[in-house]
Amino acid sequence: MADEVILLDYWPSMFGMRTRVALEEKNIKFDYREQDLFNKSPILLEMNLVHKKIPVLIHNGKPVCESLIQVEYIDETWPGGNPLLPSDPYQRAQAKFWGDFIDKKVYGPTRLIWGAKGEEQEVGTKEFIEMLKMLESELGDKTYFGGETFGYVDIALIGFYCWFDILEKCGNFSIDAVCPKLIAWAKRCMKRDSVAKSLPDSDKINKFVPELKKKIGIE
Amino acid sequence: MAERSEEVKLLGMWASPFSRRVEIALTLKGVPYEFSEQDIANKSPLLLQSNPVHKKIPVLLHSGKPISESLVILEYIDDTWQNNPILPQDPYDRATARFWGRFVDEQIYVTAMKVVGKVGEEKDAAVEATRDLLKLLEKELVGKKFLGGERLGFVDIVATLVAFWLMRTEEVVGVKVVPVEMFPEIHRWVKNLLDVDVIKKCIPPEDEHLNYIRARMDRLKLKSV
Repeated sequence: MADEVILLDYWPSMFGMRTRVALEEKNIKFDYREQDLFNKSPILLEMNLVHKKIPVLIHNGKPVCESLIQVEYIDETWPGGNPLLPSDPYQRAQAKFWGDFIDKKVYGPTRLIWGAKGEEQEVGTKEFIEMLKMLESELGDKTYFGGETFGYVDIALIGFYCWFDILEKCGNFSIDAVCPKLIAWAKRCMKRDSVAKSLPDSDKINKFVPELKKKIGIE
Repeated sequence: MAERSEEVKLLGMWASPFSRRVEIALTLKGVPYEFSEQDIANKSPLLLQSNPVHKKIPVLLHSGKPISESLVILEYIDDTWQNNPILPQDPYDRATARFWGRFVDEQIYVTAMKVVGKVGEEKDAAVEATRDLLKLLEKELVGKKFLGGERLGFVDIVATLVAFWLMRTEEVVGVKVVPVEMFPEIHRWVKNLLDVDVIKKCIPPEDEHLNYIRARMDRLKLKSV
């Protein structure tokens, strides 16, 4: 049976990038449908009744919501090719722990860095660097977070990389100065086709953020 | 008999829904474990060392190796002891179960906490927002015995937070967030849960729990004055 795979997404979304990378890793052809988040399409509203948020992965008509759940779904549905999660239960749990950490602890501060000013922005910057340091220590000297193979935690984090430049500019700091191993890791990931194909250029994000701020009325 | 090297220990707290859900899963699987009650106000070196990132209970120690975050722990238990599966087998059903699990923790729990912390109009708004979320759960229950279908599953275990924490707290706070007229399916489901021996065994005893919630509410009120 031919699979019909549709991705409702928005190009600057680091969450959407996860699902794109996972699909590319598995060599799954998909129909990418860019969404206008300021004017949500009927298909988005219908497919994600609860949160009305992208990304939504629609597989043979059935929607899967939440990017990390999508990545795991992709891994379980297409187990051939590169496994994204380790098969050992303990290693799997660790990978999920760090994925959850990125959602809970890394995303929030990034919004403060580009979206807030003054003290709030400083708090965000400090928090973000703290969290990156924790990730850097988890990465250690490994090639990827899971060891030798690219996988779930790499996918969960790599989308943030194309936002690093704008975050550094807004928060006036250098990630490379505090987390050189993390930057080296990101560059390694960028050499993979799946990642290179799925992430927009930093320049595009740099231009997008001021426009976004205007659009949501914080500039 | 599990060997010593297979030892399972739970760092938890008796009144925590997050800790209790791990106990439910272990009990469902018939896994013997040692429960270590943690003092949240004065965290033990073992807890800090086992969960250096969040410093929170519950932590499951399996052969000395720590696993944190209750949803991650539940999946670990399901992956490790495969009898009495908690998650469905089909990838789509698994994704759906994970979605509702996160929904309970990230939406319902977070919103319901505001009912406790706020007063006046803000409180009313929080009650409404919580109900809007619960309506989605109510809809999920139509025609089903459990959120997992015919059998108790992952989402039921996670949503005991609604059945026995949210719905016990409302008695103490004096705001009926989940009235039976509005949420007949949820009330029916709570009754079904109480017919399950493992659930009965693993939820905090009602009187003690209500006293605990009362004391906690009083402390919260004192803080907000």
